[in-house]
Amino acid sequence: MLKNRIIPCLDVKDGRVVKGINFVELKDAGDPVEQAKIYSDGGADEICFLDITASNENRETITDIVRKTAKECFVPLTVGGGVRTIQNITDLLLAGADKVSINTAAVKNVDFVKEASKKFGSQCIVVAIDAKKVSDNKWEVFTHGGRNKTGIDAVEFAKKVEEDGAGEILLTSMDKDGTKSGYDVDLLKTITDNTNIPVIASGGVGTLDHLYDGIVKGGASAVLAASIFHYGEYKIKDAKEYLNSKNVSVRL
Amino acid sequence: MNVTIVDYQSGNISSVINSFTEVAKGKVNLEVTSDIKKIKFSDKIVLPGQGSFKSCVDSLNQIKGLVDTLKEFAITNKKPLLGICVGLQMFADIGYEEAETKGLGWISGKVSKIDNQKGKFKLPHIGWNEIEIQKESKIFKDIKNKSHMYFVHSYEFIPEDKSVISATTDYSSKIVCSVERDNLFGTQFHPEKSDKIGLKVIDNFLKL
Repeated sequence: MLKNRIIPCLDVKDGRVVKGINFVELKDAGDPVEQAKIYSDGGADEICFLDITASNENRETITDIVRKTAKECFVPLTVGGGVRTIQNITDLLLAGADKVSINTAAVKNVDFVKEASKKFGSQCIVVAIDAKKVSDNKWEVFTHGGRNKTGIDAVEFAKKVEEDGAGEILLTSMDKDGTKSGYDVDLLKTITDNTNIPVIASGGVGTLDHLYDGIVKGGASAVLAASIFHYGEYKIKDAKEYLNSKNVSVRL
Repeated sequence: MNVTIVDYQSGNISSVINSFTEVAKGKVNLEVTSDIKKIKFSDKIVLPGQGSFKSCVDSLNQIKGLVDTLKEFAITNKKPLLGICVGLQMFADIGYEEAETKGLGWISGKVSKIDNQKGKFKLPHIGWNEIEIQKESKIFKDIKNKSHMYFVHSYEFIPEDKSVISATTDYSSKIVCSVERDNLFGTQFHPEKSDKIGLKVIDNFLKL
């Protein structure tokens, strides 16, 4: 049986992790490579890096982090933030990323997802959708970290990227992100019901129960969280044991 | 010992290189190349594969003499070869991804889309799934039945001769996830992404 995945996400800025893990065993709380290794050793099903610097001058910094991490972590590694061109994807994959996550560029350039999945295969193309609720059961796609409104309906957009060959959707609720009040389960459910590719839930996790809701109520195939793991509130193992105790199948 | 990872300019093989490098450390001489001479004189070959069946087969055929060299290595000379993901799928006679495409024809069978039961199962099949070992396999030495491996694929290999199947995994139906016939090995899952247990599979192959 396919297991539900737990994915810790590390926000990286100028080569350093922004929200550090407060684990005692860490030598350097800001080193992304070291933190990724701790997560991978702790049973993370995948690791996600989000480069929030994402300026062209800094591409080499994230590539270098990916290169080092890929030599030490043997679970899938997804990298997002500032992925705008085919060359960006080539560089990240050559450095050792297994998947790249495309956000703004998927909206700006209507053919980008199609081109990328054709060239590299659907298995490594994740489309990150940032959605905000605009009315009852209606969500809109936002870009640039939730600052720019696009006027595009989130459900229609999800269907389009599936058709264009995206392998997965990383769905973040901009209303919930950072609130620790749980995923937007209605949004999740609407997107998972309307697509046939795996959806990774993101944005709003504050408790282990929220992970459960994302999978069981929202229909997500994987759950992504940042702060509950970073600050040492929970370890990956705690999350998995909790889900397992509630009959959600995970890799133990 | 010389082990060659065949780099035929298709898909992303960084993780395969990283994981084999990690396991091979100081024990095995690892080459990543499409140089036919080097492949001929290797002791073992790893054939990775990402992207579509068609794009992988097309890329193999782009390199003059590569397919014949691989065939001579694995079929005529019966030296160990491990195919990973589409690398395994290409053992088949035919594949249906993108367009009907002729495979290497080393193990009779076809590669077709996983029946997702009208949307009941999401595709690609992505994530960690348990393997059910069907027969003793040299690459599963010290690996427990129901171990978790990492998968990412939408197509499955259906061999005619079921005796080649060394493991299956459950996703909408029993999907063939590993084959072994004499010196020929293949995994649908990605040992290079399957954490310590995956590295063990690689170690077993290198120790053959």
